[in-house]
Amino acid sequence: MNPGALYHPGTSLPHRLPVGGKLVGLLGFAALVFVARSPWWLGGGVLVVAVGYALARVPPASWSRLVRSLLVLLVPLFAVQWWLIGLDSATVVCLRLAATLGMANLFTLTTRIDDLVDAIERATRPLHRFGVRPDRFGLLVGFTVQAVAALTGIAADVREAQRARGMDRSVVAFAVPFLVRTLRHADELGEALAARGVADD
Amino acid sequence: MARSRSALPAADLARTVVFAAFIAVLGIFPGVYVGGSAVPIVVQNMGPLLAGSILGARRGAVCLLLFLVLVALGFPVLSGGRGGLAVFAGPTGGFILGWAASAAVAGLLVRRALPRPGLPTLVLACVAGAAMDYLVGVPYWGAVIGDFGAAAKQSLVFLPGDAAKVVLAAVVAAIVHRALPQTGGPQVGARQAGDRAEAEGP
Repeated sequence: MNPGALYHPGTSLPHRLPVGGKLVGLLGFAALVFVARSPWWLGGGVLVVAVGYALARVPPASWSRLVRSLLVLLVPLFAVQWWLIGLDSATVVCLRLAATLGMANLFTLTTRIDDLVDAIERATRPLHRFGVRPDRFGLLVGFTVQAVAALTGIAADVREAQRARGMDRSVVAFAVPFLVRTLRHADELGEALAARGVADD
Repeated sequence: MARSRSALPAADLARTVVFAAFIAVLGIFPGVYVGGSAVPIVVQNMGPLLAGSILGARRGAVCLLLFLVLVALGFPVLSGGRGGLAVFAGPTGGFILGWAASAAVAGLLVRRALPRPGLPTLVLACVAGAAMDYLVGVPYWGAVIGDFGAAAKQSLVFLPGDAAKVVLAAVVAAIVHRALPQTGGPQVGARQAGDRAEAEGP
């Protein structure tokens, strides 16, 4: 995995906005779009998103990927909605989705995961008194990303062994050994964590 | 989110974290070509059923919540390299959110049959888990497009593929339970699991 593949580094205005404010803004935008019923307002929302992309200067590859995935989703949806309910409803639903998905995607494109994790840890600090350990959040995410790297190697091994046995068309022949080795890896990690006292302070 | 010591001892923490990674790898690894098909099938949505029926309800659900957090943070861990908050805003976002409930339901049904759940139990658990996913996913879809009937009708497209994956997940879980007994139990026998796994060979 390339863990930041969705983030596009940059120094533009959307990149520089504080993470917390950006997240609140995104939720507010989504809420507005959800209650708006006029196609004109929703069209304005889509325009706002487009301006955001222009400001963020995301590369054309990200643009075209978003537009393509939106088209794949929205074209059939528009057709079905038009057929089942009517043109007005189809327009409203599709504009609403385009605005929300575009904005959420812009957030992901312009926000470093590390910054987001920090912001969440800061925002959830008051939960400490209920036994939740927000300061462990980043650690947990980091462990998982490391485990993804380890398991990717294991999956490649298993795939190769499977191919050598001529069973590369069976889901079971891939999933079972992969899962058994995954669980064994988990036990090793558990012992390592216990030995370092990670889970008990 | 990490809890205090009593909630998540090291072995549980490790299983939960590593299984979340397992589901991610199911998504980023190229799909498996089944039978003579030319298009690889995506096996990631077997992940929640496997998590529930192998880790148990609680760890399974926590594992899926952790996975959903990774998705929301913007890691491209969903099949096709998708990730970010936009995933949950789309019409099928409910099917992704429903994974946590799906794992919990599958885990609850398997629990009664531990330590050695048979294939019928596992099939039942996986069917119930998948049904739970529809129970979350279809109304969510209906809310996004503003029409529940249309959402229900359109979701029928997924049924055949999901039915096949439910059976596959149950078969895989049954074999893994036989290879590593106690995996769903409250005590994780790290030593024992290691011993049994030797028989599998690399």
